[in-house]
Amino acid sequence: MSILSVQEVSKYYRKHRALHKVSLEVEQGATFGLLGPNGAGKTSLIRIINQITAPDSGSVLLKGKALKPNDVALIGYLPEERGLYPKMKVGEQLLYLAQLRNLSKHDAKTKVKYWMQRFEVEAWVDKNVEELSKGMAQKIQFIATVIHQPELLILDEPFTGFDPINTNLIKSEILKLRDDGATIIFSTHRMESVEEICDEIALINQGEKILSGKLQDIKHDYKSNVFVANLHNSTELQNLKAATIISQEKSKNNLKLKLRLNTSNSNALALELMEYGVLNSFSEELPSLNEIFIKKVQN
Amino acid sequence: MHKTWLIIKREFSTRVRKKSFIIMTILGPILSAAIFILPAYLATLPEDNRVITVLDEPGMMDLDKGKENLKFRYLPPKEFDLEKAKEFFEKGDDYALLYIPASSNNDPDIMTYGSKLFCKSDISLGVEAYVQGKLDKYIQNEKLKAQGVDPDVLARTKTRVKLSVINLEKGKETESLSAVKMGIGYVSAFLIYFFVFVYGAQVMRGVIEEKTSRIVEVMVSTVKPFQLMAGKIFGLAGVALLQFLVWVVFGIAFYSAALSFILVPKLDAAKLTPTNVSTIDQDIIFRVFETIDAINFPYIIGCFLFFFLFGYLLYAAMFAAIGSAVDKESDTQQFMFPVSMPLVAGLIVLIRALDNPDGPIAFWFSVIPFTSPIVMMARVPFNVPIWELVVSMLTLLATFVGMMWVAGRIYRTGILMYGKKPKFKELLKWITYKS
Repeated sequence: MSILSVQEVSKYYRKHRALHKVSLEVEQGATFGLLGPNGAGKTSLIRIINQITAPDSGSVLLKGKALKPNDVALIGYLPEERGLYPKMKVGEQLLYLAQLRNLSKHDAKTKVKYWMQRFEVEAWVDKNVEELSKGMAQKIQFIATVIHQPELLILDEPFTGFDPINTNLIKSEILKLRDDGATIIFSTHRMESVEEICDEIALINQGEKILSGKLQDIKHDYKSNVFVANLHNSTELQNLKAATIISQEKSKNNLKLKLRLNTSNSNALALELMEYGVLNSFSEELPSLNEIFIKKVQN
Repeated sequence: MHKTWLIIKREFSTRVRKKSFIIMTILGPILSAAIFILPAYLATLPEDNRVITVLDEPGMMDLDKGKENLKFRYLPPKEFDLEKAKEFFEKGDDYALLYIPASSNNDPDIMTYGSKLFCKSDISLGVEAYVQGKLDKYIQNEKLKAQGVDPDVLARTKTRVKLSVINLEKGKETESLSAVKMGIGYVSAFLIYFFVFVYGAQVMRGVIEEKTSRIVEVMVSTVKPFQLMAGKIFGLAGVALLQFLVWVVFGIAFYSAALSFILVPKLDAAKLTPTNVSTIDQDIIFRVFETIDAINFPYIIGCFLFFFLFGYLLYAAMFAAIGSAVDKESDTQQFMFPVSMPLVAGLIVLIRALDNPDGPIAFWFSVIPFTSPIVMMARVPFNVPIWELVVSMLTLLATFVGMMWVAGRIYRTGILMYGKKPKFKELLKWITYKS
């Protein structure tokens, strides 16, 4: 069942077309990548899902029902442009934001305590946000996004501005939330950064969805039959029956080959390679999302 | 509604805990009380005892002894001339030397131009004025004598009229003291002007702060932009009211203190001296307090709170819209001008309105909602016709509601816009945008 369903949503700003008939289905429990270059319309779409703006046409369903104001309690949103009140204490600020997302004061207090312990930041509870380092503020920002235990987490460019240590920390927290049942939408223009965690994606360009589906399926659809093999103790090859040689690279005991398969059977290629030496590794090279995107846009 | 309330609470509690608020709230009334109390207190301090050496050659001053802290010491004109007197003065400790020359033909004007006051360092203005006053009086006496008029007769015929102005309106006779009413009108109008500007600017700064700290997108994904704006405006209204209330409490305390320290001793003094020798000064104080008693304070305070609150709310909505449209405070100039124009105009008209509270200028500016909070408050102490008051209030209320709507439309577009500085025309376009 899809938790979020975007149906033919369009949004125009005067002459600028931000979104044109975009439709998406996000499965419950999925990790979904909303990908596209800067200015593709990702943030416009996210703002519509968060009810910051309304679509000019089309509709958005959350758990099968049209969006209503109280749905903000189900969504945790980390915007690209994010910040906190600089002159407010960390604890008060989290309490305030939690209460605004429909938590009772008592529940909010419990949650603030829990999350501050989980991130080992209890000592900052009475500090003003302006006293925190950037990395510290980012942790608080993340807590503020998830404090009300949202079923749907929308993260817009979540890793920009985070240092590598925080990026890993946040990544592992996000995965934990997913394991606990949350659905996660990543929006980013850095496609490589989400390739390893997303199981579904949608590609957006100039306000239109150009591609969507399971990541593995898409990669499969766009594969170009390129294989990489490593042969032990082999001399350079002249040619092969099953494949064309794209490149080969000889090092001390190893020959690294990049090959394009001519047949539909990769076993034939593997068997042929074994004739020339010990086959240390043999794998298909799948295109990166970047490559797929460029290919798709250029078509 | 619950969320708006949370926002109001946050705006209120973070601001009233600020040091600047606490200092302003407490220091404000103390400073303004000091302006009144300090001169009065200084006047009661004992002055230095001073003696002025006088060489009165014509014997004009009748050996006048001076006053408590300023005595005259006379040198016998037969033994001293000006040179000797100067020598004597330089050796002694006296404060100054007054020299009045004799005239051979009894022409008093010789004394007028010839009198001199010598001193060792700069002389106090009070002393100079006192001596001059004495000379005026005695030279005038000399002139009267020269004209054959007995100065005693003149003194006996001197009259001073104290005109009592009685206000017959509403069938009851109240002693009218326009000055007191003008004072009340001026102070309350000025307070409104002050609060509107100070707190309106705070609303604007708060909105800009939310934009620059980039919290605003988190906020509007949680609450409606209108709730965020309204929460800020009403939260700050609470802060302004609290500050005003504290000032009122200070004011009442100050007034009662003044009452018991100034009026009560004077009342007692009046009882002790049935011949009623109270001076004009005391009389004015009596009448000021009498008028204050006669003024309908619940009515005036009620009107004040209304115009105070809605005047602030109207302008705060405009300031919020401006704040939403810019990224930093220095970009607000172009918008501040048209918004503060009517406020300043109100302050200018205020003087005219106090002078002529029933005139057409006062009437129109007290109905136009952008100036009415200031100008109407100048008129309220002077019994404004009820229908005019009601029209003014309703217009203000309606304009406020309309302005909140307009500001809300600008705000919701403005807070998510970064980078370019919008023009006034664009702000107007945002009003018609779809959400």
